[in-house]
Amino acid sequence: MTKVHDMGGRFFDGPVLPEPEDADHYPEAWQARAMALTVAAGACGKWNIDMSRKARESVVPKDYMAFTYYEKWLAGLADIAVETGVVTRAELAAGASDGPLEGARRLTPDTVPGALAKGAPADRPSTVPVRFAVGERVKALRLAGNRLVPGGHTRLPDYAAGATGRILRLHGSHVLPDSNAHGLGEAPEPLYAVAFPAAELWVNPEHPGDEVIIDMWQSYLEPA
Amino acid sequence: MVRFMPHDHHHDHRHGAEDHAHALLPPDPALRVKALETILTAKGVIDPAALDVIIDTYETKIGPRNGAEVVARAWADPDFHARLMEDATPVVADLGFFGRQGEHIVAVENTAEVHNMVVCTLCSCYPWPLLGIPPAWYKSDAYRSRAVREPRKVLADFGVTLPEGKAVRVWDSTAEIRYLVIPERPAGTEGWDVERLAALVTRDSMIGTGLARVPEDAA
Repeated sequence: MTKVHDMGGRFFDGPVLPEPEDADHYPEAWQARAMALTVAAGACGKWNIDMSRKARESVVPKDYMAFTYYEKWLAGLADIAVETGVVTRAELAAGASDGPLEGARRLTPDTVPGALAKGAPADRPSTVPVRFAVGERVKALRLAGNRLVPGGHTRLPDYAAGATGRILRLHGSHVLPDSNAHGLGEAPEPLYAVAFPAAELWVNPEHPGDEVIIDMWQSYLEPA
Repeated sequence: MVRFMPHDHHHDHRHGAEDHAHALLPPDPALRVKALETILTAKGVIDPAALDVIIDTYETKIGPRNGAEVVARAWADPDFHARLMEDATPVVADLGFFGRQGEHIVAVENTAEVHNMVVCTLCSCYPWPLLGIPPAWYKSDAYRSRAVREPRKVLADFGVTLPEGKAVRVWDSTAEIRYLVIPERPAGTEGWDVERLAALVTRDSMIGTGLARVPEDAA
């Protein structure tokens, strides 16, 4: 059940190439436009952040690997706009609109600052009781995958599946991406930071004291 | 009106439920973004002038100087530090740093024993209100794949070597929690005010791929 975006731990990607801190965020002008277009279109209210992430990671693997960063955003935006009925395939193919979308919320220059400042908090009241205490040993599900939708979106990284760790902190109850990405409701449940010793995750950990901390929803975990 | 051809390598998967609509856009990314912007503008979904404001906001108003102020205050003010470590979100919001991709902030502190480093292996989650737009390397396959498995080798790519006994904690941002690393305060900065301290705080030191600058380098 590997997915191309789930790349934690993968080999052979080569060196990380640091840049000066004042390097241009957008070497090409279209990249800035792609960023802003994605943010602005997201404000139309027809999809949520989990659906956006799902759209980006659902790009066919060979495109995902070939696309530069903001090309992934553009592909995800085009796909989700069609999926939610905001644009049609015919409009994309024609490069032109057939007419306005009724009832669309639209950011204007004067509403941008407020919208960016408001954000979209993901914490929610939940009726799901907190199952694990700080310090308790837990095990991530052995198979990383969506339990609600076959092949669906999840935020349990494959490299951590089946690993044993301990609860480091409780973040409160948060929207569950596995549900929300598929329009199945927010289904909030407890979210934890879970500490995994590097030796639980890697055949050749760099150092015995190292840990990886992963935010995990309660349904990703079982008692160890 | 220009009619765009789908790009060739998509011909094999253009039908069925899993069809990828983006393949209908032109192959050149600049034309792709232009086509989408044109369509969404005509649909009344976006206002191009709002895009200009969004770009300008993250170029001129929101960036790593925000995070540096938080770190400097944490170094300078024990009470602020205690509140930040307890629950960072309202504390940074009080400074005006809140919003998109920074709705839930957790501060993690480097010490003599532990070095913290932040990654998003599944996409590119990053604390925008505190650090702005993520740098290209943060979003790269190399960083996303390697930071969790070999953080010390990644640090070496940044020219950073940790003392022998220090443990590394890598935070993989899989949820909507955004982590801010509080780097160790450099020696020789006793009595410095917030503004002077903030000048030592680099973006990379707040991601954990760098350390704060030392006074000798900041002179």
